[in-house]
Amino acid sequence: MLTLLLILIPIAAAVLTLATGARLAKQVALIGGLAELGLAVFVWSQFDPSAGSQFAFKYHWLQSAGISFAGGIDGISMVLVLLTAFLTPFIILSAFGHDYKNSATFYSLILFMEAALIGVFTATDAFLFYLFFEAALIPVYFLAAVWGGENRAKVTFKFFIYTMFGSLFMLVALVYLYYQTPGTHTSELTAFYNLQLSAHSQGFIFWAFFIAFAIKMPLFPFHTWQPDTYTESPTQATMLLSGIMLKMGVYGLIRLLLPIVPLGVETWGILAVILSVIGIIYGSIIAIQQRDMKRLVAYSSFAHVGLMSAGVFSVSANGLQGAMVQMLAHGINVVGMFYIVDLIQARTKTRYLDQLGGISQSSPQFSVYFMILLLGSVALPLTNGFPGEFLLLSGVFNYNAWLGAIAGLTIILGSVYMLRLYQKSMFGQKSNWVEGFKDLTLSESLILIPLVVMVFWIGIFPNTFLKISEPAVNQILQIIN
Amino acid sequence: MYPIVLLSVFGIASLFLGFSKSKNILLPSVLLFLALALAGNFIDWNQGQLLYFYDMLRVNNLTMAFNGIVLVSAFMIVAISGGFQDNADSEPAEYYGLMLFSLVGAIMMIGFEHLIMLFIGVEILSVAMYVLTGSNKRNLRSNEAALKYFLMGAFATGFMLFGMALLYGATGSFSLTQIQSFVLTSHVASPSYILYAGLLLLLIGMLFKVSAAPFHFWTPDVYEGAPTIFTAFMSTVVKTAGFAAIYRLLDHSFTSIYSYWWIVVAAITVLTLMVGNIGATSQNSFKRMLAYSGISHAGYLLIAVTALSKPSQNAIVFYSLAYSLATICAFAVLMLVSKENTLEGQPDERYDAFNGLAKNNPFLAFVLTVSMLSLAGIPLTAGFWGKFMVFTSAADRGIIWITVIAVLMSTVGIYYYFRVIIASYLRDGNVVKIRVAPFFQVILVLATFLTLLFGIAPGLLEGLI
Repeated sequence: MLTLLLILIPIAAAVLTLATGARLAKQVALIGGLAELGLAVFVWSQFDPSAGSQFAFKYHWLQSAGISFAGGIDGISMVLVLLTAFLTPFIILSAFGHDYKNSATFYSLILFMEAALIGVFTATDAFLFYLFFEAALIPVYFLAAVWGGENRAKVTFKFFIYTMFGSLFMLVALVYLYYQTPGTHTSELTAFYNLQLSAHSQGFIFWAFFIAFAIKMPLFPFHTWQPDTYTESPTQATMLLSGIMLKMGVYGLIRLLLPIVPLGVETWGILAVILSVIGIIYGSIIAIQQRDMKRLVAYSSFAHVGLMSAGVFSVSANGLQGAMVQMLAHGINVVGMFYIVDLIQARTKTRYLDQLGGISQSSPQFSVYFMILLLGSVALPLTNGFPGEFLLLSGVFNYNAWLGAIAGLTIILGSVYMLRLYQKSMFGQKSNWVEGFKDLTLSESLILIPLVVMVFWIGIFPNTFLKISEPAVNQILQIIN
Repeated sequence: MYPIVLLSVFGIASLFLGFSKSKNILLPSVLLFLALALAGNFIDWNQGQLLYFYDMLRVNNLTMAFNGIVLVSAFMIVAISGGFQDNADSEPAEYYGLMLFSLVGAIMMIGFEHLIMLFIGVEILSVAMYVLTGSNKRNLRSNEAALKYFLMGAFATGFMLFGMALLYGATGSFSLTQIQSFVLTSHVASPSYILYAGLLLLLIGMLFKVSAAPFHFWTPDVYEGAPTIFTAFMSTVVKTAGFAAIYRLLDHSFTSIYSYWWIVVAAITVLTLMVGNIGATSQNSFKRMLAYSGISHAGYLLIAVTALSKPSQNAIVFYSLAYSLATICAFAVLMLVSKENTLEGQPDERYDAFNGLAKNNPFLAFVLTVSMLSLAGIPLTAGFWGKFMVFTSAADRGIIWITVIAVLMSTVGIYYYFRVIIASYLRDGNVVKIRVAPFFQVILVLATFLTLLFGIAPGLLEGLI
């Protein structure tokens, strides 16, 4: 029941936001987001990691076809539900400084998106998963397309078609799997796990799933929609895309791809890891050369997700656990980074590194928060990036030492582009654009402080979160073997 | 049976209503007629298999469901026709009369048990449609469309009759049940090639009516030339009735020789999907795009026919319903928008006419968006479940490759459906605030609501048939 409530609260809040109109939209949306966070924390407090799927709900949906509206929360879901519920209020808050037209629609779309994301992370029925997976696309498409930058029509269109294309293949695979289930057919995920498929058909299903999730994350070479979309979207949509939606892809790998087609992973997994590792290096190198800050963060996100996917495809406890904690950390860091970029852009009217410089001179607080979030992204020990990246790299290394070594370059390359970003914008000669740069206001620090607290919390006590997902991850590994 | 009798009488009645001095009585009475026919349709609900008119018409839950879709579509279309009062040349009573008569034809097609009944149904439906297509008499496009439709349609009817004659020659009967028993018994002993030829020709005639490729060439011109309200009628009522008839024919009589005809239908399906979807991408006119979209949806429906598996029946019913609701919304918004913008004296039906629609008409833009999403098969709309069921019917038969092609084509579909969404939300334009009559608004709200409702809870219709 609690799970259903988690999906329904954002929907109710979204409808309420629409109904109250532009004047109170912000406040209503924020209250909705906070209520959801409260509930998520409550669910967490009741959650027993070793008990498998909990708080389940199940209703008949297409009864004769054995398709049900069913969800539940296990350890893997719990982490991502927490992430979604935690980030959404900040995403809403970060929009307070902007003056968006039709703000009621804007905020309600964010909340609709949250509902769909929670739905993806909690669905235990394959078709319900698919439905939410697709439904999440619509609010974010409109957020990006209506409130985005100049090129938005073309860029978001590409994004939409690209992601739709991928997921339709997943639909074919799901329909095929559904017809392989015994008896009157069912689309429960656990039934899919128990299927005994030939290695040949697992190969096809592997690719159908892989393309869908690889486009969503995105992995090399399916990433071409990503930098443009991240750059053209309003910051809030970018945060949703990079902070949470990207995790749908990784989650899909862990929840569907690995346990359903283990033989496919055995055959083709190495190729997936290679693609992921190429993405890490490729993304990092391009990030080093960017002059647009938003693009730089976008490419850094592309590099990070490559490492997560490589870890997942290593099919080891370390790799999967690393991906779990890294999803959490990356979500927080990337939302923080995009917020920082947004703040700089709002104050200086530019995002280009060569026009910036010397911001730190007039804004000590801002520099400190920026530095902490940045170090989190670089994966310095004691920050949130470290435990995840460490586990992921050890997972990949055990899988294949060469690939592990290449993937390890991410630590060096990551610090190069991140520190370059910091250096070019914060230090050096004060440029004309930066004149009169004000330090953080109280409300802005209120957004950044919780993010920074999370950076340290996950960095110093990763076990708080690792132990949530550990039994569920082990269960997935057991199914695979 | 009841709706056939009722609609025939009402058709004549509405012709007489045209003599009435009062202009405002016609539209409400036609709506009342349709509501009565709809109620009459369901009298036989859950009575099992019934045969009427000397065993020439079958009535069961399936045919009543199709009748329901056709009648509801017709009701919505009549409701948004606004009494045809904006055109001085128009003859509303005749139009409504013809629409009611054509519904009689549609219902005969849906429930035919005897091939002659099918032929009569097709002709009643088609002749009325030829006239309605050309009803905008001072418009060259409309006249051209009517002539083209008539010539091609007559040709297709010829094929159909020829096919029926061959079938009769092979089996000695026009009755579906007797054809079925022939196929099951004598045909097995000595395969009759006349039967195959007859079936093929009959199918060609029927596929023409639902605009499947390669028999689709009339569709874009006719859809574009006909007055929009009749295009809406054509693309919903005619298509639903046509598919009901094709499904009925194949499912009732020819399942045992599935292996002979399925590859032909499969080839036509693939061709239709490609022609419809790829053709639609290069259109500049929204109306013409909807014509190609109609072809592509014929392709999706044909997948269920090709598969002819257990889920096919539900798939066709659900898909027809979802498609009709969305198409009516799309044409309704097109009518409103194109009336405001004219291009060289004609209503502007290009995508550009929708530029900036959302600014002053958020409601219309929303309705249009939902209908486009449904046509594109995006989840949370009825169109998604329609596609889903069609795909499952193919998977049930084990034809995955056709689903893969359909999925690729759906992606192409998103491209052209989204163009109008992009135009109305993202492009600058100055569509003035369009006044929507209250009744018109009710229909739009209803259709949009149903599209979303069936998108969220497709199980509502389950188990009815």
